[in-house]
Amino acid sequence: MANVGYSKKVMEHFMNPHNVGVIEHPDGYGKVGNPVCGDVMEIFIKVKDDIITDIKFRTFGCGSAIATSSMVTELAKGKHVDEAVKITRGDVANELDGLPAQKMHCSNLAADALHEAIKDYKNKKQMK
Amino acid sequence: MPRIYLDHASSMPVDSRVFEFAKPYLRESWGNPSSLHSVGLEAKRAVEESRGKIAEFIHAENESTIIFTGGATEANNLAVKGAALRNITKGKAVIASTIEHMSVLNPMKELQKNGFSLTMLPVDSTGIVDLKKLDSILTKDTVLSSVMYANNEIGTIEPIKDISKIVHEKGGFLHVDAVAAGGRVPIDVQNEGIDLLTLSSNDLYGPPGAGVLYVKPGVKIQSVLLGGGQERGLRSGTENVFALVGMGEAARIAQQEMKQESSRLLPIRDKFIKEILQIDQSYLTGHPTLRLPHHASFRFSFIEGESILLNMDMYGIQVSTGSACSSKTLEPSHVLLAIGLKHEEAHGSMVLTLGRSTSMEDVPVVSKATNETVQRLRRLSPMSQEWRN
Repeated sequence: MANVGYSKKVMEHFMNPHNVGVIEHPDGYGKVGNPVCGDVMEIFIKVKDDIITDIKFRTFGCGSAIATSSMVTELAKGKHVDEAVKITRGDVANELDGLPAQKMHCSNLAADALHEAIKDYKNKKQMK
Repeated sequence: MPRIYLDHASSMPVDSRVFEFAKPYLRESWGNPSSLHSVGLEAKRAVEESRGKIAEFIHAENESTIIFTGGATEANNLAVKGAALRNITKGKAVIASTIEHMSVLNPMKELQKNGFSLTMLPVDSTGIVDLKKLDSILTKDTVLSSVMYANNEIGTIEPIKDISKIVHEKGGFLHVDAVAAGGRVPIDVQNEGIDLLTLSSNDLYGPPGAGVLYVKPGVKIQSVLLGGGQERGLRSGTENVFALVGMGEAARIAQQEMKQESSRLLPIRDKFIKEILQIDQSYLTGHPTLRLPHHASFRFSFIEGESILLNMDMYGIQVSTGSACSSKTLEPSHVLLAIGLKHEEAHGSMVLTLGRSTSMEDVPVVSKATNETVQRLRRLSPMSQEWRN
């Protein structure tokens, strides 16, 4: 059957998103998108021995923007940063049982925000 | 969970009286109105009777001014392309307001690609067209100006009589898309000086798949759809008799009940507006008073409209939004941008269109759900946190 609307999993994550919020003094922070386009995501990570021990997000955007943010935090939590950085937009969409075609790009920025947060963590680590 | 449907501008249920009236034309009187035998004539008679009801509904000169189409998009295409191309020898300039429906704007843009000059008529922050500007952009080459009767996204009602006066001083034709206004406010094409007018069946609680273009006697247009020459040669294709018959009956009922229904909805709409504007950083879009009696539209800062729509649906409440994410083009509503909103402001819109199923009891339920929705989405949003800090 053709894809009509959002999957059940997307709606679950939209209605009850996991890991919402802010981490004070994060080890890594990533922000992508802009309000003009209608999607802004930010991800905060806490890292110990290169393992992501805590992760939080805040998102301005549509249903899939919120659901993908929630899902990417679930996928990254507890992972080694070198593993987490390999999480792709496609992985996020697959874990959510797919996204409508027009949502694959603009509203699937969560993996990018995660990558930015990991990059920020690595930069900070190098400077130490 | 009870359903509260507040998206009547998108679709309406067919009135059960309309359905009963038109039903025989699916299975009993299923003739082709173009056939000369008795079965065909029976269908033809029903279509002609419907035409008469619609002429009366908009106070047209006679029933031959009514051209049936397969919907309002088709009627708008026929009005814009049909009038411009038929009158090309008189001039190659056209005007459209910035808040027209895409089924007016896109044919206008196609004319522009084919050598017409298109001038956009701006609106103010409430959505009312700029009459002085209209006067200044009309030229002797302007063959057609298109201004909608009322806007579907912000509910604003345009001063059609004034617009008509200005347009006719220069000599071109005025097309009015009355899809949103039809059945909500009385329309009088003769008194208001309208040359071409679009109506939609479904927006009158009629069957989808039917629309009308009114063409004033003496106004010449050409067809867009070529074929067997039905509808005075202006809209070829075998008639959808069931839908056309239903549309006529829907118009007859609307004419009878509109006044009463609109005065029933008006205080409910006002209560919706009053309650929802209690929410911090919420704003009414469109005109505060010159607006359709069933229409309440808002925007909320820091959140996005598709999320609002999905969240409201979880409460059993169906609404609409002009957000980019909810559109096929991924562009925010051109209407909200035309009234001067920034992109990020236009994303957070919510439109309520009331109907026969709406009652005063819905107001507290919907207001509470809206408030909870806005608060929840703001808690998720990085932008509202910055605003609070």
